[in-house]
Amino acid sequence: MSWLEKLLPTKIRTTGEKKQGVPEGLWKKCDSCQAVLFAAEVERNLYVCPKCGHHLVISARQRIAGFLDPETEAEQVELGSEFETVDKLKFRDSKRYKDRLVAAQKKTDESDAAIVMKGKLKGQPIVIFVMDFAFMGGSMGSVVGQRFTKAAEVALEEKIPFVCFSASGGARMQEGLLSLLQMAKTSAALQRLAERSIPYISVLTHPTTGGVTASFSMLGDVNIAEPNALIGFAGPRVIEQTVGETLPEGFQRSEFLLDHGSVDIIVERGEMRDTIARLLAKLMHYPVAA
Amino acid sequence: MSLNFLEFERPIAELEAKIKELRLVESDTEININDEIKRLESKVADLTSSIFSSLDSWQVVQLARHPLRPQSMDYINRIFTEFDELHGDRLYADDEAIIGGVARLEGEPVMVIGQQKGRSTKEKIKHNFGMAKPEGYRKAMRLMQMAEKFKLPLITFIDTPGAYPGIGAEERGQSEAIARNLFVMAGLKTPIICTVVGEGGSGGALAIGVGDAVMMLEYSIYSVISPEGCASILWKSAGKAADAAEALKLTAKSSLSLGLIDEVIPEPLGGAHRNIDAIAGSIKTKIQEQLVSLQQQNIPDLLARRYERLKNYS
Repeated sequence: MSWLEKLLPTKIRTTGEKKQGVPEGLWKKCDSCQAVLFAAEVERNLYVCPKCGHHLVISARQRIAGFLDPETEAEQVELGSEFETVDKLKFRDSKRYKDRLVAAQKKTDESDAAIVMKGKLKGQPIVIFVMDFAFMGGSMGSVVGQRFTKAAEVALEEKIPFVCFSASGGARMQEGLLSLLQMAKTSAALQRLAERSIPYISVLTHPTTGGVTASFSMLGDVNIAEPNALIGFAGPRVIEQTVGETLPEGFQRSEFLLDHGSVDIIVERGEMRDTIARLLAKLMHYPVAA
Repeated sequence: MSLNFLEFERPIAELEAKIKELRLVESDTEININDEIKRLESKVADLTSSIFSSLDSWQVVQLARHPLRPQSMDYINRIFTEFDELHGDRLYADDEAIIGGVARLEGEPVMVIGQQKGRSTKEKIKHNFGMAKPEGYRKAMRLMQMAEKFKLPLITFIDTPGAYPGIGAEERGQSEAIARNLFVMAGLKTPIICTVVGEGGSGGALAIGVGDAVMMLEYSIYSVISPEGCASILWKSAGKAADAAEALKLTAKSSLSLGLIDEVIPEPLGGAHRNIDAIAGSIKTKIQEQLVSLQQQNIPDLLARRYERLKNYS
């Protein structure tokens, strides 16, 4: 402590640790424009930066809260929570899969990387499947596959539309071939839905790659992307290594996919409820909203 | 000695080279060394069966990628007659990483689709090492739908390192092309029989792999990711590929015991490349057996069963 600091009354004196003592959760930093934002305002804005419009990665619960009708929240039913993750391969790398699972569950307070919720959108019944990127990179193992299939089957039984929000690095390696086969399972569930003309809307959020894009995420009657989301099959690093050149600006971003005909529309998070409700109302032959 | 030998095949190759030499000597001289040759031959057989009875996963991976391993076209030529190859996706290009067409299986018309890696450098380039682009999957889809239209059973042969990761492939919708095939195969109104003959590399393999019967050759592999890819992500070192191969349980035997495939087709001693006619014969028999039982079901039952099977992969 320098002589100057010693002169200061203890109340004014600060130490290194205390300098960061901003109350936790009050402020949030935008990871795109670095602006320091008031957390409550960011939340009100559905976790879109009010300064630059960057769409922050959000949890599945945050997504559900911002998408389904809040006034009927009490009526929402979570489906597929009975499916539990099993470590069939007894997979172990530097850590055991079991331990990684427990850590992910602790970190996210979720049992696996996706949640299914039956609820209402603008008063109309709907089933939604929402992925959580924070849970092992939103990877698809057998529970994610089972929950997706469950969601599709409920939509089929009750003849209500199905909306999926994906955020995933792809199939979950730790479940081996079993995770790969979830791609076939989820696509098969959608095939049955399509035969009965039940609408399926796929919303691709940042980031969605690998086995998830190569199955249910790209199979929407309408494919919607959030702005500037990374969406693709192979990861940019793998492609760069394969072709040995740097990738073009904006490669595998939502706008690139729109240009190349892979997604129907790019919709900002704030417009998502209105847009999807409007689309579904037409596909379901609902009357014009009052 | 041929360069087309794997490290663990070396002792076998060395003995075989010796036998070859002795045979040359024999034709040159009067001395009868038949007994010696016989002794060495039985030693080769013993050695081979002892090496092959305790292969680890990484050795199986190497066998699945063996430079001499028979490829889809080798099987198509031996199993079917009148193979008429059909080209192109009608949208963009003909991708020869996937080949397909109509053929006859013991007289019965069928649709055949397979991934082809190519053997010589020229062939490998032509077939892009068996790594298909969207146009390859879309060609396959077109042929699948044609199979349905004309009530032809669909027979597929899987052998690919994976879908091609390139700029153009992404631009043309690689993920959609794979996803669409999974979707179409799930509802295709004709029996589908898939056989992994070499490498079953991830989504690129599955894109022609959704079926009513899925079989694997004894030394083929089927995996969600290549052992090298898995090692570089989870072990942070591609050098740990052997560990990853073990952990991924990607062999035919493991896949069967996990209940993810229906049958393992045994390979000749020393692997499929040591007797292509024999392995082609075994595959043909198995396909015929599966087909007979699948054709006894009506289409709605077949599709319901196909869906239930997928659902049970959990």
